[in-house]
Amino acid sequence: MHSILKTSLAALVAAGITASSAAADAHGLSGELNIISDMSNPAPRAVMEGLAADFDALHPNLEVNLTIVDREAWKTQIRNALGANPPDVVNWYAANRMRPYVDAGLFADISDLWAEPEFEALASTKGAMTLDGAQWGVPYTYYQWGVYYRKDIFDQYGLSEPTNWEEEMANCQTLLDNGVKCYTIGTKFLWTAGGWFDYINSRTNGYDFHMALARGEVEWTDDRVRQTFANWRQLIDMGAFIDDHQTYSWQEALPFMVNGEAAAYLMGNFAVAAMRDGGLTDDQLDFYQFPMINPDVDYAEDAPTDTFHIPAGAQNMDAAKEFLRYVTSADVQTAINGGDALGQLPVNANASIDADKFLEQGFDMLSNNAGGGIMQFFDRDFDAEMASVGMEGLQEFMVFPDNLDDILMRLEETRQRIYN
Amino acid sequence: MSVSPAVPSTHASRPQRGWYKRNEIAITPWLFLLPAMIFFAVYVIIPIGQSFWISLHEWDGLGEKTWVGTANYERLLGWGDANVDRKFSVSFWNNLKWLVLYLLAIPAGLFIALFLNQTVTGIRFYKSMFFFPFVISQVVVGLVFSWFYLPREGLLNAILGFFGAGPINVLGDPTLATYGIIAAGLWPQTAYCMILYLTGLNAVDPEQVEAARLDGAKGHKMLWYVILPQLKPATFIAFVVTIIGALRSFDLISVMTNGGPFGSTRVLSFYMFEESLSEFGFRMGYGAAIAVVLFFIMLGFITYFLYAMYQDEKGAH
Repeated sequence: MHSILKTSLAALVAAGITASSAAADAHGLSGELNIISDMSNPAPRAVMEGLAADFDALHPNLEVNLTIVDREAWKTQIRNALGANPPDVVNWYAANRMRPYVDAGLFADISDLWAEPEFEALASTKGAMTLDGAQWGVPYTYYQWGVYYRKDIFDQYGLSEPTNWEEEMANCQTLLDNGVKCYTIGTKFLWTAGGWFDYINSRTNGYDFHMALARGEVEWTDDRVRQTFANWRQLIDMGAFIDDHQTYSWQEALPFMVNGEAAAYLMGNFAVAAMRDGGLTDDQLDFYQFPMINPDVDYAEDAPTDTFHIPAGAQNMDAAKEFLRYVTSADVQTAINGGDALGQLPVNANASIDADKFLEQGFDMLSNNAGGGIMQFFDRDFDAEMASVGMEGLQEFMVFPDNLDDILMRLEETRQRIYN
Repeated sequence: MSVSPAVPSTHASRPQRGWYKRNEIAITPWLFLLPAMIFFAVYVIIPIGQSFWISLHEWDGLGEKTWVGTANYERLLGWGDANVDRKFSVSFWNNLKWLVLYLLAIPAGLFIALFLNQTVTGIRFYKSMFFFPFVISQVVVGLVFSWFYLPREGLLNAILGFFGAGPINVLGDPTLATYGIIAAGLWPQTAYCMILYLTGLNAVDPEQVEAARLDGAKGHKMLWYVILPQLKPATFIAFVVTIIGALRSFDLISVMTNGGPFGSTRVLSFYMFEESLSEFGFRMGYGAAIAVVLFFIMLGFITYFLYAMYQDEKGAH
């Protein structure tokens, strides 16, 4: 299975790029290109190995060395990797998540790449790759967040996809009256609660306010933030979320939805594969955009971008930049994001979306109905330390909403320490 | 064929020996100790010094260090006008809970050891069963106990349900979670203490037991006045190992709750890890300050242990 996937992907990519590769060959890259990647799950790993092999084949004088590191481990290893004997290309994430490495001068400024006309096609994520007026990496994939729900359960109780908060609450009440929880969630590792905050805050106060809060420009004790929590609390008080969610990881919370004890899950598109593996068919499973709360603000959506970067100490800068051009080209992005590969969305506007119900819906939503803006996600938009203290507070709020004042005070204390 | 000299040699009968040869007895032990001492210095002594140094800085682990003096300690311990860092006080009290409750492993281990020290058929089997938790990795113990505690499917709630008690979510309840983890940690630690005591019981002098029996001692009097004093070395080791184990508790917390819910199960070593090395940890200086505080707490115990051992040695001479 593994090798079949890999070879078919390789064939796909190879077929796609032969036309455009003639120009690239002219550069005559030589030497070594060392890549460290965190794409360690089976499917992403095959994609990465295919990318490296194909790039190697394209450049006869270049030797591509690929090291794959466990995704979770990479989050702590990247510091050492960038510091001592850095490779030429690494994986990381967009927005504030890359700030520590940008500030420490460990990522190379690649604004010159972004100035090339081909990069026009990546304009949608340019903002997320920009810090201090320069660009520090390129995106290779992104995915939408939204509410995945059990269509069969909705049909059973005569519910339809909610578009505003009243419908949302009414739907939820109907479900609860029938003994079904509205939402499953597992907050053991905290970040899932961050998704809920992103959505309720941006729907209540808008994208600009949310990002101002992320930049530390707004007090956590602000009335507008309190309004966000008040809206959230309506769901908590009616018992919309499953019990004991602080004990489960996001995967451990899936069975509630698969068994029909909960009707919906606010999640990233990567959850679809797990839901299908759990036995849900595409007839049972559907997707809707998080409903409107405040009609005065436009929809903003979470769509985290995964990225490649060049370390400042890279030995083979030319080859590294060529590799970034390669992974951002439309054909390659189409191939690596296909349903048989990553199963996510390509960033390049000229790439095509795989024929998958959720990818198509997500792409349509992000392109046509996210006028407010694209958020990266709580732990990528907010400063690292603010995010960790914040998500802990969000988890506590979901279990003990009465502690809100204390939680907000704590967050405000942290904000003042970090941003002053 | 050798030709012997005609005149007797005027040289000293034995040739001059090398410097090493002359000092062999004094130097050789140090030579053997040298590798260990170098390793100890490089991997223990120098890093301790570095921790002290880093704790006086603000440092993200990547760029330049900024000198902040004792600012990290002021925030951590609430010196001056700052409040005590709440996460620190939670961690500190949890460490204390660990310290006190973990000591239960010693009497529990002794009890099981006494129970297993019988000559009954099949006792070897029971012994190996009791050895078992000690052999399993802490990570596995943590996993097994988290399943045991699961709010819906867990065995604990099945048992409680049988007695009509309501379901509880041990690891999801900030007031219970730490105790739940300690209970999990007590399992292998008790097994460890039991092994120590079983070894100690083997060394109990049968003649003294016999003599005490002739004097009419039995039951708990026999245990208290005859057996326990002879188990003193085993008790000492069990005490040292348990205290150190409680202070460095980390893996169970990491596996079972990851410090949660809402950071209520943090201990100092886990908090240190979170601040300096975890996914969002970019405060090396602050983490180092926590490490220094933990080091001083440990140092208190280590000094006491060394003192006790020294007294013991003196008594033996």
